[in-house]
Amino acid sequence: MVPVSYYFALSAILFALGAMGVLIRRNAIIVFMSVELMLNAANLLFVAFARSFESLSGQIYVFFVIAVAAAEVAIGLAIIVAIFKSRQSIDIDEMSSLKG
Amino acid sequence: MTLDLVLFFALAAVAVGAALGMLFSRNAVYSALFLILNFATIAVFFLLLGAPFIAMAQVTVYAGAIMVLFLFVIMLLGAEQTQGRHRGGWQRPLAGLLTIALIVESVYLIFVRSDLVILIQPAASDYGSPQALGELLFTDFLLPFEVTSVLLLAAMVGVIVLTKEDKKKQS
Repeated sequence: MVPVSYYFALSAILFALGAMGVLIRRNAIIVFMSVELMLNAANLLFVAFARSFESLSGQIYVFFVIAVAAAEVAIGLAIIVAIFKSRQSIDIDEMSSLKG
Repeated sequence: MTLDLVLFFALAAVAVGAALGMLFSRNAVYSALFLILNFATIAVFFLLLGAPFIAMAQVTVYAGAIMVLFLFVIMLLGAEQTQGRHRGGWQRPLAGLLTIALIVESVYLIFVRSDLVILIQPAASDYGSPQALGELLFTDFLLPFEVTSVLLLAAMVGVIVLTKEDKKKQS
């Protein structure tokens, strides 16, 4: 069988790639997708540890994370659409009206 | 024994490749499709880890509903082509460097901690079955479950308010 540390390493790599996506991309939708990738990396780790400790609580947490992610995506995309309507752009560098 | 490892590494390569494809495609629609591939691969990992219910939830909610929402918004806004302007040229190399540092650090820590190298044992036959998960969800985790319904309702109302206010301004 596969050691749980391999899943840990895969999860860390996916999380780091998601973090890199948040840092390098300027398109707000791609940044948002990178956040989803990071959430998924955490989910993978939850399920892997739930399996290695023979406990179902980890899987329940993943279920809640998926529900929260669905709510978060709906709100986030609505905000992106609202920003696009007012500024005609979703480039995150241009969303700097609050900068002092 | 080795078949498991071969399967793991093949799937891991697909997952990491899809994540890289999502990061570096110019077209936002391709990014979304790569992300769907990544979610599907992770759903297969969930199946391998004895979580069939979570795997199906992943496919229907993440790869299905959430990504359809993403594709819908991308096409609604016509934001397929990302502007190729490079602003702040120091950000990209620094981000790449920090990412590599994060990966090296975490992988090093994982393999230095020998107590984390637990071989995953074959689980009991009803481990992760929808029935066992449902029983746990409606006994020990009943309160979080109900709070989730309130959260989803709040999100729904929030989305309606966010999009309605804009309409009022225009008229």
